[in-house]
Amino acid sequence: MRRIISILLENEPGALSRVIGLFSQRGYNIETLNVAPTEDVTLSRLTLTTTGDDKTMEQITKQLNKLVDVVKLVDLSEGAHIERDLMLIKVRASGAMRDEIKRTTDIFRGQIVDVGPNTYTIQLTGTGEKLDSFVAAMAEADILEVVRSGVAGISRGEKVLRL
Amino acid sequence: MELLSGGEMIAKALEDEGVEYIFGYPGGAVLHIYDALFKTSKVPHVLVRHEQAATHAADGYARATGKPGVVLVTSGPGATNAITGIATAYMDSIPMVVLSGQVATHLIGEDAFQETDMVGISRPIVKHSFMIRRAEDIPATIRKAFHIATTGRPGPVVIDIPKDCTRPDAKFEYHYPETVKLRSYAPAQRGHTGQIRKAAKLLLSAKRPVIYAGGGVILGESSELLTRLARKLNYPVTNTLMGLGAYPATDRQFLGMLGMHGFYEANMAMHHSDVILAVGARFDDRVTNTVSRFCPGAKIIHIDIDPTSISKTVAADIPIVGPVQSVLEDLLDILESLQEKDPKQPDTAALGRWWQQIDEWRAKHGLWTGRRYGESDRIMPQQVIESLYRVTGGDAYVTSDVGQHQMFAAQYYKFDKPRRWINSGGLGTMGFGLPAAMGVKLAFPDMEVACVTGEGSIQMNIQELSTCKQYSTPIKIINLRNNYLGMVKQWQDMQYEGRYAMSTYEDSLPDFMKLVESYGHVGIQVTRLEELDQRMEEAFAMKDRLVFLDIFIDPMEHVYPMHVAPNGAMKDMWLSKNERT
Repeated sequence: MRRIISILLENEPGALSRVIGLFSQRGYNIETLNVAPTEDVTLSRLTLTTTGDDKTMEQITKQLNKLVDVVKLVDLSEGAHIERDLMLIKVRASGAMRDEIKRTTDIFRGQIVDVGPNTYTIQLTGTGEKLDSFVAAMAEADILEVVRSGVAGISRGEKVLRL
Repeated sequence: MELLSGGEMIAKALEDEGVEYIFGYPGGAVLHIYDALFKTSKVPHVLVRHEQAATHAADGYARATGKPGVVLVTSGPGATNAITGIATAYMDSIPMVVLSGQVATHLIGEDAFQETDMVGISRPIVKHSFMIRRAEDIPATIRKAFHIATTGRPGPVVIDIPKDCTRPDAKFEYHYPETVKLRSYAPAQRGHTGQIRKAAKLLLSAKRPVIYAGGGVILGESSELLTRLARKLNYPVTNTLMGLGAYPATDRQFLGMLGMHGFYEANMAMHHSDVILAVGARFDDRVTNTVSRFCPGAKIIHIDIDPTSISKTVAADIPIVGPVQSVLEDLLDILESLQEKDPKQPDTAALGRWWQQIDEWRAKHGLWTGRRYGESDRIMPQQVIESLYRVTGGDAYVTSDVGQHQMFAAQYYKFDKPRRWINSGGLGTMGFGLPAAMGVKLAFPDMEVACVTGEGSIQMNIQELSTCKQYSTPIKIINLRNNYLGMVKQWQDMQYEGRYAMSTYEDSLPDFMKLVESYGHVGIQVTRLEELDQRMEEAFAMKDRLVFLDIFIDPMEHVYPMHVAPNGAMKDMWLSKNERT
């Protein structure tokens, strides 16, 4: 089962490698990983998606909590939450495809953020599934590059992950 | 406030931390620190002959005393040599602080001479690690390291220190913090009362209970509490390899060690139990045999300070996260109040039948009830351990290396006290025994310290005979000599039709008598059973000499019982070469 784990991590050198290392060391899976500093400069917020059965997930959360650099964590998928993935996708855009790509981008509420004589760079945010659908919808186009941020997530409502 | 250099702050902080010994080896990146130690420190330093031995000696010291071991090594090879010892300590949850030198800050990342990414290399085998970036952070970092190493589930902590942070000409105000505040580190202080209450009720309802106690009982200084609990309930107790001594071996309620080479009665009792109280144990694969077939009728109560140990391999019915000591105290209180209300619990008739069953198992195949090993015209390894036990009155500190000799020592030396049995259980590190014994002897110079070893293991750190000479650590080395890598040979006998792939030394073994004599120690060779006790006594009578007893044993002997694998349960054991359950 797919899970989204959100972590408040000490913003220390080497902290991220402890998290990543834990996953490879214990044979856990990381599907996406997103990390950046927060409004509190001493903390990073890390969101990762992983898959595993209940027993594995229990171990993953326990092992993560055991890391001294992990301040707090939550399994977002246990409750209502919002998840967003950002994609930048560069496609060959010439001739008739130029209009077609523009139309598809509009349908997905994407934005063309860079225009070249023969290329478009499109920005799209949403769930991973939505981005996958967009890539599928672009099957006719010549995709040059796909860059995705990985899932960033947050709980809905009053529930917060903070110190 | 004092003004100190980085190196001096390290020396001072270790003093303030109450460190008794530093085990280490100097080199370029730590020379400022060594100079500061030389000039200012009151903490004695033990110069080993190889950094691995520094970690094992510190580890042995820590296991025997309960205090953290301290290691100081240089960058690069100094640091990497320490890795095996750090991993050994990590697997067995031993508190240790390792200070490693690092190249100067401006050289980091340039593949400088003797540079290695120590924080990176050690990351999977430490509880935590620090890299010093500013000299003024040294005292607080050292305080944090000791705090993390010794609290919760203990473990090794590495502090990597770039050379420029220790330079003598840059001085700082020194202040050693009394307390540590770490917002992201708060080991449990108490177990959950509701869970403990549930556990107490389940325990009292048991008809076929077993207490399964591990190294956590020793680390958590709870042997007395455990003994009190077991005696109060009259429940049988088995100890893991790491837990030997947590419950007194000579007590009637002790079933012996459990697991792969565990006692028949211990493994049988576990398999047929209805309630298991696991205390500070981690259901390691050397205990459980096939997990899916583990103790099918048992409800499991699992007490551990580390939540990751609970339900990692075997699911716990009642998990209790907390320090063994406070949880056992609470459990005893609750048991008492429950028994006041209902004095009929536990069911003494059922318990009587259970004990009767256990006594039958014991009489049938118990290792300590009659002779259970083979006979030959050679000395049997078990007889050596029995002799060691007799001669030392069962009160020695016994370290071991890894292999058959380790299992024979674990089976036949009856440890009545915690911290007396010192071995590498989790990692299984050959070469551990001699340096560990050195660390123990330094901690307890008036106690007998024996290192039970084999020709394979002893040669992995034999250079420490020199350190033993320098620091006068008159330990006794008991070499069970069979001219094979015994445990490898046993597996090759059992699973590879006796093809001894690379498990013999042919005629390449050194003359250990000459070897130890050249280091300034005493060698005694024993080849006949009739002289065994006498030679053992002679060795231990030489109080101020290190004696190496080279005891020629029957090379064909195997360690039994041995779990049947693969797909065996706890109850499936080989009892001898041709007899199984």
